[in-house]
Amino acid sequence: MSTVAGEMDHHDHHHHAPSGITRWLFTTNHKDIGSMYLWFSFIMFLVGGSMAMVIRAELFQPGLQLVEPHFFNQMTTVHGLIMVFGAVMPAFTGLANWMVPMMIGAPDMALPRMNNWSFWILPFAFAILLGSLFMEGGGPAFGWTFYAPLSTTYSSDSTALFVFSVHIMGISSIMGAINVIVTIMNMRAPGMTYMKMPLFVWTWFITAFLLIAVMPVLAGAVTMVLTDKYFGTSFFDAAGGGDPVLFQHIFWFFGHPEVYIMILPSFGIISAIIPAFSRKKLFGYSSMVYATAAIAGLSFIVWAHHMFTTGMPVAAEIFFMYATMLISVPTGVKVFNWVATMWRGSITFETPMLFALAFVILFTIGGFSGLMLAITPVDFQYHDTYFVVAHFHYVLVTGAIFSIMAAAYYWLPKWTGHMYNETLAKWHFWTSLISVNVLFFPMHFAGLAGMPRRIPDYSLQFADINQIVSIGGFAFGLSQLIFLAVVIKCVRGGEKAPAKPWEGAEGLEWTVPSPAPYHTFETPPEVK
Amino acid sequence: MTTNSPTPNPAPRADNARVVRRLLFVVVGMFGFGFALVPLYEVFCDITGFNGRTKNEQAAANMRSVDTSRTINVQFITRVNKGMPWGFEPEVKSVRVHPGETKVVNFLASNPTGQNMVAQAIPSVAPGEAGLYLNKTECFCFNQQPLAAGADTKMPMQFYLDPDIPKHIHTLTLSYTMYDMTANAQPDVLATFEAATSAD
Repeated sequence: MSTVAGEMDHHDHHHHAPSGITRWLFTTNHKDIGSMYLWFSFIMFLVGGSMAMVIRAELFQPGLQLVEPHFFNQMTTVHGLIMVFGAVMPAFTGLANWMVPMMIGAPDMALPRMNNWSFWILPFAFAILLGSLFMEGGGPAFGWTFYAPLSTTYSSDSTALFVFSVHIMGISSIMGAINVIVTIMNMRAPGMTYMKMPLFVWTWFITAFLLIAVMPVLAGAVTMVLTDKYFGTSFFDAAGGGDPVLFQHIFWFFGHPEVYIMILPSFGIISAIIPAFSRKKLFGYSSMVYATAAIAGLSFIVWAHHMFTTGMPVAAEIFFMYATMLISVPTGVKVFNWVATMWRGSITFETPMLFALAFVILFTIGGFSGLMLAITPVDFQYHDTYFVVAHFHYVLVTGAIFSIMAAAYYWLPKWTGHMYNETLAKWHFWTSLISVNVLFFPMHFAGLAGMPRRIPDYSLQFADINQIVSIGGFAFGLSQLIFLAVVIKCVRGGEKAPAKPWEGAEGLEWTVPSPAPYHTFETPPEVK
Repeated sequence: MTTNSPTPNPAPRADNARVVRRLLFVVVGMFGFGFALVPLYEVFCDITGFNGRTKNEQAAANMRSVDTSRTINVQFITRVNKGMPWGFEPEVKSVRVHPGETKVVNFLASNPTGQNMVAQAIPSVAPGEAGLYLNKTECFCFNQQPLAAGADTKMPMQFYLDPDIPKHIHTLTLSYTMYDMTANAQPDVLATFEAATSAD
């Protein structure tokens, strides 16, 4: 520890960070950029969340009472886009920025200037997207999946803004991914072999490859929408020899790997937290690595399970059904490994662990409803109903977002140097846990009973379910303000955090003091 | 690979550049792949007949035997795209043909508007696999169709079924959707209107 303290003095000596706003505008420090990503994603989470509140308020009663249907469609669309590209993905990139260099014993990211760029273009992307809502004719209203011809023939004039903002988001993600890959390949401390890397680093390494493989395909898809709408091409226009079903193939070729981009880093986070609070080594480290790689590989051959009702030939439906079901094997390996890690561990239930446990159980529920959706014949019943909405919110909210919350609580002491308020954090956990299930669980039944998604009105028989769901929604939304309070309190002060606040935690990030000094590991640590 | 000397982490700059170049190559390649999916999809659908594709080009009227032991019911469906004001009907709803036998079916189109219009009919076949065996030797769907204001027309479609058509196919449905192409008409098709006016 004394060497680390010495190191810190040494660096404070020649650290001339600019102050004020320029510190943040021009920073190339991975910790600053990580913090900006995390704050940005939290702001986007609240913006996208308030759109969800509009949706749930409109759906509180049958009939149209609060908003126009066209505005409702814009809310569902922009809520999805913001949560996917503005909240979940930047949160993971922020965590990668903060933690990957510290976990592999690197002084910073490999390409710090590009790192600054990949963050600072993001606010512009979302300013453009949100600005389009105020244009004449409204913003994007075709669903986050922007199916042609909804996004071409029938979309509002602001579609070009949507396209450009997706381009910018894509460029940002690609730059972030390249940075992560180069950092992990070239900046590991001596002795940090690939199979010694923490799983968060491994899962991000694989996620980064998925990102550079599929974000360009998304860029291509939006470009085709742009030229179809404004420049007279016919990629998706049947009259000109194109095919709208082709759009769905291209979109989901991006879209399915994309959903794993939003869950693989979660697996890494959970694989760090469960061993720490079970005070045991992670069970089956190498099988975790191989399972992650297997999920990533399979993600490229399952896309058409989103399209079973487009009139695919039976042979193709059967192929995509079985390929999809195959994914549950490596995913099952992970869940069993987490359970085996906890087996006979001496477990304590601090907030990160509570979120991690909720993740394992609720993500598995989302996985099971995913298996149900994979079964072609029944998918015809579930397709485009609230069952699908329930499914992907279980994997994205109680999966991805719960893991991000777990990560925030787990590493907050390292980031801020203070312990967060455990009582308030437990309040956040329990209110979130209860309300999120009141919010999403009844949606399964609404969907099975035939309630379609993305519709501002519904038949009377769904009134009770929707009222319960909306109450859960408002409660979940309010619960997140507790999280904001915890984080602000923790940044401002609180009990001083030791270098390693969690007894069972392992990894290089706990060998540096809390808060982590501005520069860490300029001298590489020894990894045995 | 452990070292005791407190040397700063060497930043392998050249190595970074090499990895970045390779990754950018992947990015550019995948952007291209997104667009390559368009022709790949066409080729895949043409080969397999998935998605109800028919060969929308003139088939050779080559020598073939007529298989009188089988009769297949060929049904015709027409529709106009949303907002398209034309009338568009097949003269008969269905015909019974032997594989290999040539048939002509007429389709009736009318333009009730006060404007000269150009349309394009797009075919689709169900079941999809039958699309591979439906050969058209003449069809209005090969070209854009001009129709003067208030005019109507009879458009022929001549086809035969390949005698190799699988035994389990007893009925197939050929559907046409008529799209308004006036805004994107080919110049030679538009020229027919001018020729008609100057003849008057």
